[in-house]
Amino acid sequence: MASVTHDVVHERAAEKARMAQPYMNPYLAGIGLGLVLLAAFVLVGRGLGASGAFNSGIAWLVSLVAPGYAKSNEFLSAYLEEGTHPLKAWLVFEIAGAFVGALLSGLLAGRVGAAVEKGPRVSVGTRLAFAFVGGALMAMGAAFARGCTSGQALTGGSLLNLGSWATMMCIFSGAYAVAWFFRRQWR
Amino acid sequence: MSAPFYKLGAFGDEASLIVAFLIGIGFGFFLERAGFGSAKKLVSQFYLNDLAVFKVMFTAIVTAMLGVTYLSWAGFLDLSLLYLVPTYWVAQVVGGLLLGVGFVVGGYCPGTSIAATATGKIDGFVFVLGFAAGTLAFALAFPLVKGLYTAGDIGTKTLPQVLGVPYGILVFGVVLMAVFGFMGATWVEKKMAAKAAPATE
Repeated sequence: MASVTHDVVHERAAEKARMAQPYMNPYLAGIGLGLVLLAAFVLVGRGLGASGAFNSGIAWLVSLVAPGYAKSNEFLSAYLEEGTHPLKAWLVFEIAGAFVGALLSGLLAGRVGAAVEKGPRVSVGTRLAFAFVGGALMAMGAAFARGCTSGQALTGGSLLNLGSWATMMCIFSGAYAVAWFFRRQWR
Repeated sequence: MSAPFYKLGAFGDEASLIVAFLIGIGFGFFLERAGFGSAKKLVSQFYLNDLAVFKVMFTAIVTAMLGVTYLSWAGFLDLSLLYLVPTYWVAQVVGGLLLGVGFVVGGYCPGTSIAATATGKIDGFVFVLGFAAGTLAFALAFPLVKGLYTAGDIGTKTLPQVLGVPYGILVFGVVLMAVFGFMGATWVEKKMAAKAAPATE
């Protein structure tokens, strides 16, 4: 009985994989992404970002638990403005939109479904632990760099901003330097 | 000059948030289209099997850069009003390296983890939680790390200023670099595919 349901699940997964459309040509996707970024520059005078939305979110959460501390913390207070809600921030709305846009694209291409991305040689638990630690490392990196792959590499990169190019080069360098040590996670 | 519209007062704060949401939809849509809701696709960049991250990113950079350049030359967009993150080169070198290591360990970056979460990737959602925890840890430790955070402060600087090269020439240089980069990337992908083929058969 167990093996029957197992087979059914596998068949469904296989069917889903058959139905999922291939990804877009990278140059076309890049042009699309570039035009979205250009629209942001023209409409509001700023680019895309992601890590800043997390800063707003954390500043808001801390301000709920310890309002006095949040205001006294130099890093968090930058995201807390008197008279406006911390989540009423440009990047928070942009990231909410990004969630919707990605879901839309995924649904149109048949790519939405619960999954854990990993190689066959690591357990789900290991992969999730790595995802958590990697996220935390990136958060600290984005804080030091004042932006992430979106806000610095992509946005600042297209504006020929010095610190953005320094950040981008270091992202690639850091990743290539350690990729070999973490290969088991993926293959 | 008529753009950037928001900074020149064409619409207010409330409307800018609606624009943010709409821009975000486009952002997330193209991230997912490109395959960047998948950690395996993203990290393939660092194992050289699939260099889509580089191709998408540099096509986007070149597209936006050329757009900004031509719109500014046409007298439509005021380049000086576009926000530039100030350079703190020491902090950004350290931050960039941490971002790179975190990318390989976690499998996503902040923006792509949102695309992954939206399409059901559990590891993407756990990455988001880790990112939130890391942000909180950084904020709590801020008094300790403030020295490094503000290290290498040289103000707002652009590459044309620092290199002493005219803006237009540098734009042309980046386009050339991207084109040669794309050719090199495709060559590397083919080499890696040829290397992998006998092993899988």
